[in-house]
Amino acid sequence: MFLFLAQAAAAEQKTGFKFTPAFWMFSAFVALTLVITWFSARKATGSAAYFAAGRSIKGWQNGLAVAGDYMSAASFLGISGIICLKGYDGFMYSVGFLVAYLTVLFLVAEPLRNAGKYTMADLLAYRMSPRPVRAMASLSTLVVSTFYMIAQMVGAGGIIEKLIGIPYAPAVIGVGVLMLIYVVFGGMLATTWVQIIKAILLMGGAFALSIMVLGKYNYSIGSFFDAVSAADYAGSKAPVNLLNPGMAYGVTEANPYGNWDFISLALGLVLGTAGLPHILVRFYTVPDAKTARVSVVWATAIIGVFYVLTTFFGFGAATILKMSDIPLDLAGKPNGNMVAPILAQVLGGDYFFAFISAVAFATILAVVAGLTMSASTSFAHDFYTNVLHHGKVKTVGEEVRVARITAFFVGAVSIGLAIKLGSSVNAAMLVGLAFAVAASANLPVILFSIFWKRFNTTGAVSGLVVGLVSSIVLILLSKNGINKLHPIFPLTNPGIVSIPLGFLGAWLGTILSAPDPNAEAKFAELNVRAQTGLGAEKASSGH
Amino acid sequence: MSSNTAPNWGKIANDPDFIALQRAKRRFIVPATIFFLTYYMALPVMVGFWPETMKQPVWGKVNWAYLFALSQFIMTWVLAAMYVRVARRWDVMNAKLLAKFGY
Repeated sequence: MFLFLAQAAAAEQKTGFKFTPAFWMFSAFVALTLVITWFSARKATGSAAYFAAGRSIKGWQNGLAVAGDYMSAASFLGISGIICLKGYDGFMYSVGFLVAYLTVLFLVAEPLRNAGKYTMADLLAYRMSPRPVRAMASLSTLVVSTFYMIAQMVGAGGIIEKLIGIPYAPAVIGVGVLMLIYVVFGGMLATTWVQIIKAILLMGGAFALSIMVLGKYNYSIGSFFDAVSAADYAGSKAPVNLLNPGMAYGVTEANPYGNWDFISLALGLVLGTAGLPHILVRFYTVPDAKTARVSVVWATAIIGVFYVLTTFFGFGAATILKMSDIPLDLAGKPNGNMVAPILAQVLGGDYFFAFISAVAFATILAVVAGLTMSASTSFAHDFYTNVLHHGKVKTVGEEVRVARITAFFVGAVSIGLAIKLGSSVNAAMLVGLAFAVAASANLPVILFSIFWKRFNTTGAVSGLVVGLVSSIVLILLSKNGINKLHPIFPLTNPGIVSIPLGFLGAWLGTILSAPDPNAEAKFAELNVRAQTGLGAEKASSGH
Repeated sequence: MSSNTAPNWGKIANDPDFIALQRAKRRFIVPATIFFLTYYMALPVMVGFWPETMKQPVWGKVNWAYLFALSQFIMTWVLAAMYVRVARRWDVMNAKLLAKFGY
């Protein structure tokens, strides 16, 4: 043991690595999750097991897993950062991310579970011509997952950079490798259980941070809000009332459409969850629609509490931290993504910092695994099996093998993009963009598929294309895209334009093309399946 | 499952009990969805177009904007709970419907 520590110390001298308590806490957690992965790899036989955890997850477990999946880098790191730096406007993310679950609960969760198999594209392909629809759905899933994944990798890079002292790029690569081990060897079951553990730890961390923040105000909420209304970053900035809206999206000369941008963001957030492939796919891991319903409600409760807590460690950070505590990116802008861990360090010392960083890192690791899972599942199941090979696979394990190979490439691409973008972008903002794309491309076709008899293949494809292209193009034309100084599109979030366009594209594509008697005939079947659960894929292990 | 053949989807779809189930669902889901989307979008609209009003403090230093945001959480939880309650009735209707066809 002493020899090992001596070697570690020597290595520390040589490489500049810091084998701090944080690092060991980290490693312990990572090792734990690898063990779970190994055990689940032994259990995961066959496509149902790999892709959908054998459909044996219980309602509250799935609720925790969905919550864990949801409380990604964006929620924990991004929101606390954007609230700390921009006040009330950042809190909109908390509100939007939560209310979005009503969209899921009322419109999407149960019909999807009743009708689908592994992916959203299964629902779409029920009545429509499978090949074009699956191809487009697969592409859309890949795009949304990529945006989301870059956000996670950026967060991970920042944490590991500060935590261990290795630079950003190798940090991102390390995360990618670990993630690949999860996905390639464990599939959905591993990521589900990792999410559950992580959700519990995250809530624990959020509560601890909030209590410590309130502790600074003698547990008086009144004093807390008094301080927030005159937040001065522990004296390093002029006091500003963080409770007031407008710091990020207020109408100013430089930003004349700020309030429209805010509305656009809000719209994307509330509609996006119902179109997120990696969240939707979690509904296939439960035995039936009723359990799916229960899991959404659990997730809503857990996530809601978490987001209320962002009030404390988000706003509170601005009253406790100094501006100099917050690290800067290469361009000199404060990196909000690191606010939560640094707050932990200031309030609770190195061990608390270690704990929060480990939890945040686990957050990111598991979400990245889940994202890769859904993107690679989509490609293997929707594109490879159904589009290229017309629904027939040569051997039993082939689809699973293709998924694993896809996971590798998806991981590699996202690592590359995250490194190229650098650590400066706020994770919540990136995820907000992913939500806008999901709401524009995926949600219209999901809803029309479930509820509209006349909906046909042309409509589905045009809806996906118009939604995807309009949202991506508008993002590229915005301040965050190609031309940062003179953006053509004045809003940072495309939602208010691209979401209606997505619906319009799906609608016009349908009514302007010939009715599809096949699609309409199958509507009865899909409708009955979706509403009653008759014929739904049951749990594969006799539950 | 009691039969080996595919269910007669058309027959079930036209069954009055199925139509009643759909109607019951719509009676909750449509107004509830319109309500929550309106209540939710009212937040960015009010905050964006009437910021000075929303900045007015209401309780101590806490302003309308924050309270309105907090109320969104309450709304979400209440609506979710209401949905679960009403969905239990739908489950009963659904079971009766499926039993009618031997499932």
